[in-house]
Amino acid sequence: MIDFKLPSLGADMDEAMLVGWLVSVGDEVSRGDIVAEVETDKGVMEVECWDDGIIDELLVEPSSTKLPVGTPLARIRATDESPVAEPAPAREVEPAREFAPVREPVAVGVAAGVETPAPPPPHVTRHVSPPVRHLAHQLGVDVDTVAATGPEGAVTREDVRRAAGRRRVSPRARRLAMEEGIDLSMVSPSGADGMVVVADLSGAAAPVTGAIEAPATEEPVAQPDLAAPTIEPEPTAEDPALAMRRAIARSMARSNREIPQYSLVTQIDMQPALDWLNAANAERPVTARILPAALFAKATALALREVPELNGHYVEERFEQSDDIHLGMAISLRTGGLVAPAIRAADALTLDELMAALDDLVRRARSWKLRTSEMASATATLTNLGERGVGTAFPIVIPPQVAIIGLGRVMDRPVAIDGMLAVRPTVDATLTADHRVSDGHRGGLFLAALEQRLQEPEKL
Amino acid sequence: MTTKTLTTGDAVQVIYDVLAEIAPEVDASEIDMSVDLTEQLDLDSMDYLHWLVGINAATGIEIPDRDASHFMTIDGAARYLVDAATKN
Repeated sequence: MIDFKLPSLGADMDEAMLVGWLVSVGDEVSRGDIVAEVETDKGVMEVECWDDGIIDELLVEPSSTKLPVGTPLARIRATDESPVAEPAPAREVEPAREFAPVREPVAVGVAAGVETPAPPPPHVTRHVSPPVRHLAHQLGVDVDTVAATGPEGAVTREDVRRAAGRRRVSPRARRLAMEEGIDLSMVSPSGADGMVVVADLSGAAAPVTGAIEAPATEEPVAQPDLAAPTIEPEPTAEDPALAMRRAIARSMARSNREIPQYSLVTQIDMQPALDWLNAANAERPVTARILPAALFAKATALALREVPELNGHYVEERFEQSDDIHLGMAISLRTGGLVAPAIRAADALTLDELMAALDDLVRRARSWKLRTSEMASATATLTNLGERGVGTAFPIVIPPQVAIIGLGRVMDRPVAIDGMLAVRPTVDATLTADHRVSDGHRGGLFLAALEQRLQEPEKL
Repeated sequence: MTTKTLTTGDAVQVIYDVLAEIAPEVDASEIDMSVDLTEQLDLDSMDYLHWLVGINAATGIEIPDRDASHFMTIDGAARYLVDAATKN
């Protein structure tokens, strides 16, 4: 029997809520199957299981209880193992020392949040109206796995949105709801992207008095005005924008506090790479087109192979070099915030595979469908701020990684080539790295390797 | 699966439908159809590619890389789609 535990969630995230199970007791699972969804500070993520077997018992039911990383969520038995004969007695809470699937020291503590094991939910026939089914389809949610809260087991729009992790509540709406005792789950959102705003509360069950403050001015994705003493948003995981901001704040503050960083910049001639790319894309249908971002990612991964002390994690006062290159890709979300999930083994992928992986990652990042394995595994990160017109980027390292590569905009600049002035498309590539692990000399070699790779795009 | 005829209205509708999937937070009524779309809506290269792929899927019209410049604005894109559908 194997315990399936809540896996590591990435830097500075050590707890999550179980949103839903995608499997039931008796289901056969294989390594890599997505079995559950959890909600973290960086949104809802899919959780893969890492063993083959049969789901023997679901130990935790979906709820808003925050579970520490390492909490046993289910038990998986081998296919030839017999099932547990009788209902398991209430399991003892596992000692904290067993919660150790993470590379990074995580403040786990005693698993006080672990719920008493509940019997698996009975299979009920659920009612799903066509509009709700359509919404679920749009949001990529399997309605059969959504926890239904509607009358007679009906799945509501809200259930689907919750499962999709798209539900947002503006800080002011949340505060008002708390003051007025309004159950936010009963409020239909009208704000952008399904956000509940103050105006939505006026129709809610609780008697709302004149407390509503100018709903017309409610910003759909308002950042709380932290300077105003009266506003004390109570951030919870239900407010993804705010929770994500906090997660980024923790990670970046830790970066600046703990990591002595150096930055180096090199201007790279992009003419060969772009010529090659344009020729390649001319023959391709739109569905198979390759973006420069894929070229950059591949070249970066190969350059990391040449300077391995930039690839890995700094944990417990020492650097652990990684044999695999899991390249984190900084992806900005349209409604604000940032995630940096990893393309695993990026150096081993062909350009087409890498483009497909990047495409998939961006789509899922923007629909809050990332997997925990992607969030936790990056061994170095690439950020392409040139997309937003930035000339030169100066990113800072995401702990526990030790290097981040920033790319500016590809732009025509005058350059000297063979003693002549020419105008060429160029890009500023920046390396910021952890000085505890590498020195500027090695960093310079990395940028030289990156430049070299981009001069030979046909080899990428 | 190519479309036989496509009116400008149809083309614009397809363009907006695909945009709504990529940038759901955007208010369609605020889009200027003659202004560079990527700048206007802060689309990155992946968003833009998804937009082209979505239009291709909805209309069956292939958009070669050399013609991507027609898709800088909604007006330009709609014109291109109507022309391409007529030729087919």
